[in-house]
Amino acid sequence: MSSRLVRLTAIATVAGAFSGLFGVGGGTVIVPLLILWFGYEEHEATGTSLAAIVLIGLLAAVTHGLYGNVDLLKGVLIGVPALGGVVAGTALQQRISTRAVSGIFAVLLVVSAALLVL
Amino acid sequence: MDLGELLGTLAVGLAAGVTSGLLGVGGGILFVPGLVFFLGLAQLHAEATSLVAIVPVALVGAWRQKSYGNVRLRDGVVIGVLSPLGVLAGAALANAVPERALQIAFAAVQLYFAYRLARRALREPSVQPP
Repeated sequence: MSSRLVRLTAIATVAGAFSGLFGVGGGTVIVPLLILWFGYEEHEATGTSLAAIVLIGLLAAVTHGLYGNVDLLKGVLIGVPALGGVVAGTALQQRISTRAVSGIFAVLLVVSAALLVL
Repeated sequence: MDLGELLGTLAVGLAAGVTSGLLGVGGGILFVPGLVFFLGLAQLHAEATSLVAIVPVALVGAWRQKSYGNVRLRDGVVIGVLSPLGVLAGAALANAVPERALQIAFAAVQLYFAYRLARRALREPSVQPP
């Protein structure tokens, strides 16, 4: 097996495990490794990661569905506004301070983590 | 489900989508707590349900990124296709551990995301150059 294929397999396996375990896409694993191991530029890594996530997310959703964990209606309920959000978000990229958004998002995540655990 | 819960859900969904489109971070890290806090799902079920929302959101995101020339499709597809073993292992583990352990682990992941975002925020210029 070529070293390239071995590395892609490693990325896929860890990202897949992250996705199956936490219900996220796996991008946090994929993006930095595409940059580090394959010399991707950041935007390319993000875009390519999203393509992978479509497949990974699908596999993970089906697997969890087989375990009986999925509530389809609620998934649609939260997914539909998100679709609108993605279109708006990509359009806003040039006009909004992503720095500020990143900062706010980080705070939101800390608050959410605290609420979850406490 | 009352009106407050519905509105909360829609707001979180919207926020997750916007941050996903804006930052390239997935929606899952926001979908999961949204589903837990506003729709009363258990941690495991929220995670599983989040994945349902992630697929179309990632699809739209990938489509747009492709139009900007940012997607190396072959690598992306290869990674996706090679993921089943990892997915199975992750899902099996999620189903095996106690709810509390999964919550704590997920909260740790959120803190890690927050750390990465904060670092990124500190590195970046205020507005992205075109």
